[in-house]
Amino acid sequence: MIEARNVTVSFGRTRILSSVGFTAEPGRVTAIVGPNGSGKSTLVKALSGDLPYGGSITLNGRELAQMKPVEAAALRAVLPQAVALSFPYTVREVVRLGLMGGRSGALAGQDEHLPERALAKVDLSGFAGRFYQELSGGEQQRVQLARVLCQVWAPVLEGRPRYLILDEPISSLDIKHQLLVMKIAREFAARGGGVVAVLHDLNLTAAFADHVLVMRRGTSAAAGAPDAVMQDALLSEVFDCPLKVGAVPAGATPFVLPQAVLA
Amino acid sequence: MPAGMISLRGLSSAPVGDRSARARLAIALLVAMLVVVAAVSTATGASDASVLGVIKGWFHTSEEALSARDRLIVYEIRLPRVALGILVGAALAVSGALMQGLFRNPLADPGIVGVSAGAGLGAITVIVLGSTVLGPVVAVFGIYALPLAAFAGGLVTTLTLYRIATRQGQTSIATMLLAGIALGALSGALSGILVYIADDRQLRDLTFWGLGSLGGATWTKIWAAGPIILAALAAVPFLARGLNALALGEASARHLGIPAQRMKNTAILAVAAATGAAVAVSGGIGFVGIVVPHLLRLVIGPDHRYLLPASALLGASLLLLADAVSRTIVAPAELPIGIVTAVFGAPFFLWVLLRRRGILDL
Repeated sequence: MIEARNVTVSFGRTRILSSVGFTAEPGRVTAIVGPNGSGKSTLVKALSGDLPYGGSITLNGRELAQMKPVEAAALRAVLPQAVALSFPYTVREVVRLGLMGGRSGALAGQDEHLPERALAKVDLSGFAGRFYQELSGGEQQRVQLARVLCQVWAPVLEGRPRYLILDEPISSLDIKHQLLVMKIAREFAARGGGVVAVLHDLNLTAAFADHVLVMRRGTSAAAGAPDAVMQDALLSEVFDCPLKVGAVPAGATPFVLPQAVLA
Repeated sequence: MPAGMISLRGLSSAPVGDRSARARLAIALLVAMLVVVAAVSTATGASDASVLGVIKGWFHTSEEALSARDRLIVYEIRLPRVALGILVGAALAVSGALMQGLFRNPLADPGIVGVSAGAGLGAITVIVLGSTVLGPVVAVFGIYALPLAAFAGGLVTTLTLYRIATRQGQTSIATMLLAGIALGALSGALSGILVYIADDRQLRDLTFWGLGSLGGATWTKIWAAGPIILAALAAVPFLARGLNALALGEASARHLGIPAQRMKNTAILAVAAATGAAVAVSGGIGFVGIVVPHLLRLVIGPDHRYLLPASALLGASLLLLADAVSRTIVAPAELPIGIVTAVFGAPFFLWVLLRRRGILDL
């Protein structure tokens, strides 16, 4: 389990996160939603060990700040928003970086066929020999997902669950691949791993997440199952925009319709 | 991929997009090339001294007085020069590759961003003030005073440059190049002051040294610079994986389990040590650090596990070839090797710049 208690992050005197509490359990897809500037990315950076934080963040019970990079790398992989490379790496060379480090490797041994399998999973079979720099933004995002999947290929290793931390994993993707990536996240959770994903699409959040954290102004506004959290009043207030939640079919998966479009 | 390479066994079985087999083959070829170039360099020179004769002398007690002269030329003039060329070429090329990996930028090079100038300032300080103000200090360090001073100058420049150009793990290309120009100019100005107060003998030393040359190579120079360069090269195997991960950015490198800060510090030390020692013994030999890694990336890709050793090998070979040009083109006089590398290297740098325009803004 990834557990954050009373997490506070400040840049200079500006407090970006104040007293955020949060849990991401193995076997679940946990979504973080909220308007721009609400602290989603900062929270993900803190969970990834990129920022000094106040309070406590534990990864399978161990305090993150006490862990060496190689220990954290064995337990979780992080997909950043976008990665630009300045050297001509092939797609396979980028994906293979996920195998780095003995214990952080996907399985006990380093499986040289994993890059191909990971690429197939993100619908990029046949891209292994292409140059990363020549791909579109959406293709690059999927290459990075394949790399991250290589790092934690087995969602549970030696009895310990592992985690995918995804910062806006579908932001540059077309709808087919948005659904593909969300299915990969679901499958990872179904096999015992944990997923934390920052998402902007409330409808995909409703369809794929087990647990939703709604952020507002650097702290948690609500947390719970999608149908508990996705309420007209709460969402309209948090996003400062009239929103209406419906359901398809009636009573099942909620969907959110922006009201301004109709006005 | 050149057509001829595909049919080679071992390459056909490699997965698509995996260039490691090709890189290993290239390294084997580069080793062979260095052996040949070094052998030819040792065997040729202004005098007709025969290496074969010297080798024969190992097995037969020499009967002729002539072979003693040949031995002297081979052991005391040609071999130190070849050894120095290998050390300096490897040091310059690896410094370039390390710096490019560290700054995540193929245009970073100790010569271009002022690190060599900083190292030069350190060296000039010792040359000019070593017999007066700094006399006691120089006496303590002996033959290591010059390379250590150059190392210190290079280290201060590299650290300053890194502080200025890199914010939160992101390096601004424009800031790096501009800050490098400023730091280089500052080192140049301070060096100028020292040159101004230098006496005639020091001035002559400085001018020849500043143009860059492997001439005057002695075993003493090799004992002074060699250990420092070899120590820097010994760090390379520990840096390769980290630099590969760093290509994704500092945060992603950490997420992959790399202790990024420690790795960067080691790389900066290695760059400063290798550049400093090379500058101390051979002066301003430019562009090796940018040309060699760039050529290699075109063939074997940017994987530092192969790029770094291949850079050392190709850098050594190319510097020996440049030295051969510098010795023969205006024979019996000698053109400083720094002029030869700049004549080939500067247009190459411009070509790299033009090719990159449009892909990435500067």
